[in-house]
Amino acid sequence: MAELSQTNAPIYEALRKFRRMRIVPFDVPGHKRGRGNMELTEFLGEDCMNVDVNSMKPLDNLCHPVSVIKDAEALAAEAFGAANAFFMVGGTTSAVQSMLMYACKEGDKIIMPRNVHRSAINALILTGAVPVYVNPDVNTRLGIALGMSVAQVEQAIRENPDAKAIMVNNPTYYGICSDLKKITELAHAHGMLVLVDEAHGTHFYFGENFPLTAMAAGADCASVSMHKSGGSLTQSSFLLLGKNVNADYMRQVINLTQTTSASYLLLSSLDISRKRLALGGREIFAQTVEMAEYARSEINGIGGYYAYSKELINGDSIYDFDVSKLSIYTLPIGLAGIEVYDLLRDEYDIQIEFGDIGNVLAYISVGDRKRDIERLISALAEIKRRFGKDGADMLTQEYISPVVSETPRKAFYAAKRSLPLDEAAGEICSEFVMCYPPGIPILAPGELITHEIIEYIKYAKEKGCQMTGTEDINIERLNVLDL
Amino acid sequence: MELWFTERHTPNVKFSIKVDHQLYSGNSEFQRIDIFDSKEFGRFLTLDGYMMLTEKDEFIYHEMITHVPMAVHPNPKNILVIGAGDGGVVRELTRYASVESIDLVEIDELVVEVCKKYLPTTACRFDDPRVHVYYEDGVKFIRRCTDQYDVIIVDSTDPFGPGEGLFTKEFYGSCFKALRDDGIMVNQHESPFYDEDAAAMQRSHKRIVESFPISKVYQAHIPTYPSGHWLFGFASKKYHPTNDYNGTKWSMLGIKTRYYNPRLHTGAFALPCYVEELLRDVE
Repeated sequence: MAELSQTNAPIYEALRKFRRMRIVPFDVPGHKRGRGNMELTEFLGEDCMNVDVNSMKPLDNLCHPVSVIKDAEALAAEAFGAANAFFMVGGTTSAVQSMLMYACKEGDKIIMPRNVHRSAINALILTGAVPVYVNPDVNTRLGIALGMSVAQVEQAIRENPDAKAIMVNNPTYYGICSDLKKITELAHAHGMLVLVDEAHGTHFYFGENFPLTAMAAGADCASVSMHKSGGSLTQSSFLLLGKNVNADYMRQVINLTQTTSASYLLLSSLDISRKRLALGGREIFAQTVEMAEYARSEINGIGGYYAYSKELINGDSIYDFDVSKLSIYTLPIGLAGIEVYDLLRDEYDIQIEFGDIGNVLAYISVGDRKRDIERLISALAEIKRRFGKDGADMLTQEYISPVVSETPRKAFYAAKRSLPLDEAAGEICSEFVMCYPPGIPILAPGELITHEIIEYIKYAKEKGCQMTGTEDINIERLNVLDL
Repeated sequence: MELWFTERHTPNVKFSIKVDHQLYSGNSEFQRIDIFDSKEFGRFLTLDGYMMLTEKDEFIYHEMITHVPMAVHPNPKNILVIGAGDGGVVRELTRYASVESIDLVEIDELVVEVCKKYLPTTACRFDDPRVHVYYEDGVKFIRRCTDQYDVIIVDSTDPFGPGEGLFTKEFYGSCFKALRDDGIMVNQHESPFYDEDAAAMQRSHKRIVESFPISKVYQAHIPTYPSGHWLFGFASKKYHPTNDYNGTKWSMLGIKTRYYNPRLHTGAFALPCYVEELLRDVE
């Protein structure tokens, strides 16, 4: 290991060497360097097909790494300031599920905010762990859920001293951070693990002046979406471990659900992206922030829109804010976020990350060009001029505190029946309902269906949110527990 | 020795001019800029290897993009020009005594500097006191303008590279907002001839049609542009380009031109059938 540094990318280097060796393939994949599927090869390119190979001695094996993958994971751990790092090929979803499955077995309690990504609640179904939800603070003006307040975490710990872990969503999709250090200290003082869904925080590890990272805060596990702000291929991700986590046991947990044929396209993209960020991340994210700050000031200059930033910080549930995020509140121009999102695409050929009831999020990265930022700003100005109206009667409330009646696992596997949406009030839901993106459930399995929630679902549907999670693809019926 | 400038008009068609010598080559923040001398076309300017203008045929382009809107508008005083760092449009505009101000917004300062030095036939009126030059992205500049121009001339490069923002719906919408109630916008509208150019032309036309109540297209013959058959867009809030046109009144101004004249003005809006069809498809 001594001879390796952040300028190396061991998996990438091994693949290049492997390519030069011109090994004759009598193994899978059956496309055999693309020759067996020319249409695909023409579409993706020969270089790409050439390195779509299986695990073998010179390339190591993700399930049991002993050479180049082991080295690459060590370099990643060093770059992120973690004790150990795992390359993940099943998305950050697989990282989140692995850290939950590590921390909890059936019946164990885990303290978590309710506005988690569906992957976390899915993990509860898999493990049978019991969630203790801490309702996030809500900014009622913007209609968004915020971070976890320390007082609420304290209360949850007091009421559930037997909980095994605390999960924190940091930063949120909108860029909002909790007081990770304080929460970690509290949890550790009570013998609980701290698991951080850091899907939207890769850049915190490499840029300057960003909010505190999970590893720096002393957290035990962090799931990091390298493919979001880190530049690797979609579906590739890192799971980071602190010093008190047993990495060998974690490997076994990961292998419960992970593929045995990990894609070298994904692995090499993680390896190369880690190197790039370790060497040039400071500059890359300085540029990203500069573009986001410029866009924010121009958009706020249009009037009506509110592109928010650090002024929201309140010392607790908005402990810090990620300024690389361009989150924009749209209701004052009389349009729901999802409507602005649709107009940008349909009228102006601009695709942004997501729109919810009150906000849109444009994802800014080093891949953006100044002139495209100008287009986005102008398109928002034009949407206001052409489609803007009085914003008085817009529904603002985005977050509804759920009433949990059953554990997600029991509800998911229980006998159920299907009811029309309007008749479902008072029943216990057995499935998810969510807008995707952002993929934060409105209803999760085991939660009580209320009139308020039904109204919210209907409103979100009417405004054009892309709803997912239910068995009924049109979301006109809900599956409820057949008690 | 033979030195030739070659531009690909399509992947299968090349256009070449024999170069006498190269006078300038440089890179700005936005693009590569070259100036050549040639026997046939005189001096010419290319950006990223694409022909922008030659001394021999630039008068056609600049007269047609300028005099058509200036002759339709009854009293054009405040003019905005976007792009056009070569100064050709400004040269034509300064010939109108009625014009009070000409704002020129060019993203690339180096283009203006190079043209001032090497293309004095077009970059010759930047010192007119009515001319104000802003080095800024046109998309950004126009966003802040409301109800203040009589005529906007969009002299863009092609819809890829630094000029691509000038072919977008958000830009045309901003132009609409920046014009007074009887304002006119004219734009470089690409060519209908080769497939890829025609597709860009249609996209651009569709976006203008959706942004302005009156949207017409007119043509000119420009030998050094792909296919030589070139279009301009005429978008307007109030005036129709031929019905509201008074050729006699324009003739009385006594502006001497080499291409544009009142009969040609009307004729330029008569388009070949295949072009009409391309436009109809997106209207």
